Amino acid sequence: MKIAVASGKGGTGKTTVASSLFSVWPELSAAIDLDVEEPNLHIFLGPDPRRLKTVWLEVPELDEERCTYCGLCSQLCQFKAISIFDGVGLTFPEMCHACGGCFQICPAGALKVVQREIGSIHGNQRFLMGRLRVGEAMSPPLIRAVRREAERIFDPSMDLIIDAPPGVSCPAAAAVRDTDFILLVAEPTPFGCHDLKLAHQAFEPFGIPMGVAINRSGIGDDEIYNYCSGKGLEIMAEIPFDRAVAEAYSFGRIVARFSEKMGSIFRILADSIRRKVLQHQAK
Amino acid sequence: MKEILIISGKGGTGKTSVTAAFAHLAEGAVICDLDVDAPDLHLILDPVNKSTHDFISGNQAKVVPDKCDGCGKCVELCRFQALSLKDGKAVVDGFNCEGCKVCVTFCPAEAIDFPDNFCGRWYISESRLGPMVHAQLFPGEENSGRLVALLRQEARKIADNARADLIISDGPPGIGCPVISSLSGCDLAVIVTEPTQSAIHDLERVAELCAHFKVPACVLVNKADLNPSLAKDIERRAKQGGLVNVGRLPFDKIFVQAVLAGKAVTEIDSSQNAAALRKAWQKIQSILNNGKIDSKGEAER
Repeated sequence: MKIAVASGKGGTGKTTVASSLFSVWPELSAAIDLDVEEPNLHIFLGPDPRRLKTVWLEVPELDEERCTYCGLCSQLCQFKAISIFDGVGLTFPEMCHACGGCFQICPAGALKVVQREIGSIHGNQRFLMGRLRVGEAMSPPLIRAVRREAERIFDPSMDLIIDAPPGVSCPAAAAVRDTDFILLVAEPTPFGCHDLKLAHQAFEPFGIPMGVAINRSGIGDDEIYNYCSGKGLEIMAEIPFDRAVAEAYSFGRIVARFSEKMGSIFRILADSIRRKVLQHQAK
Repeated sequence: MKEILIISGKGGTGKTSVTAAFAHLAEGAVICDLDVDAPDLHLILDPVNKSTHDFISGNQAKVVPDKCDGCGKCVELCRFQALSLKDGKAVVDGFNCEGCKVCVTFCPAEAIDFPDNFCGRWYISESRLGPMVHAQLFPGEENSGRLVALLRQEARKIADNARADLIISDGPPGIGCPVISSLSGCDLAVIVTEPTQSAIHDLERVAELCAHFKVPACVLVNKADLNPSLAKDIERRAKQGGLVNVGRLPFDKIFVQAVLAGKAVTEIDSSQNAAALRKAWQKIQSILNNGKIDSKGEAER
């Protein structure tokens, strides 16, 4: 089974929860960090993962000798990555989304495929992560490449725990789609509740079972509890706020290993997630 | 007119609380929430909406089933796995569709329409701390970079008309598309970080991004007493990397309390936190006004 840990708001504790779940997970599992803009899971799981591969996108380069300046490619391109006018042709590879349309449409064979590096994949036997190249704007293709790599190298019987990026737009959607369960990590604060609502709305159309883990419980107000009960979203764990836990986290330590109490919170959470997935699969 | 962007790399370090405090201290700046994906600044500023606008950007493929003969050409050409055949007809997966128009262009039966994509709304508002420009991208939508660019353009118009000399923007987390769109051409980035291993890792990447786009950056360490030795380490590394340290904020419940009260920290607090924020704000102003940073990593006065 594939479990995505997501949030909407950043910094609510996705990586804390993902690393802890991975450390107590009762079956053989692998962890995947899909927060490719700012991956942090490896800090908790160590040792440093090896660089496995570079991920490229196929973008166009103009061969001026062959180009007839007909402009079909620039008319097709929706991303302003090619500009053709009066005997001048320019490509802007950093704008390109790699749809491949320009290569298809060019009647003169004047567009050559070149590669743009978008990032890299790192990992070891039970861990994979993507790292977006600094300056690169598009993370979803890298997220999808890491997911393909996970399918290729991990035994299908292994459970996968996915650390998703924050937000509710395309990168988050690319990370949580086609999973068996989405665990939303949220804080009981006005920001936390507002962004939980956004995440819940964004992911609901996927038809994947969802549950909530409340992190730093006790720091804010009750709004989030009212929202969850009103929407039938189960609160599957509450991780109490504790300054000593925050300090352990600051050193990159796995919170589930901090104390017996924390360990038990995450073991219970892991069991309830697994039960929910199995129940859903049985239907 | 100057533009300052509050960013962090890692989420949850306190960008929005810091932005609200600076907006309060700046008096009369135009305020902009560029985290269009999960905006929160309006929860503190409680703005009164003056105008609402649809954000229409890009297009999305839409198969006309009566025209589709199920040849599968679109499925073969789509690089985003957005098309598949179901009961002999092509169907579009809206979440995967990138709006590239390849399927529309090459469909032999001309069976794919390409309607405009209505991806969100943006607002011009008035708040007690100044005019505000903000937006909400619909959940799961793309084009956040374009929406960010649009908000910045609107903020500049408002600043021009109001003769405001400053725009303060709350940025998105990460280093990808919306962050790049928020950052390019800014006068100063304020990186809010915290003394955790994760935040240090993310700070390095976001600082590298600022350097890549040639935007000067300074660092504000939030929750500094959570791990004082790491806080010191961050400041040392920041200085080595040519970033100015503008201050430290203590780890304090006042941040959550202020949000619960719908106030900026500096509006309700006269303690340590507010003093540290005021001092940081003074340093930032001096960096903005003088435009240079001396060799000790301190802003020149």
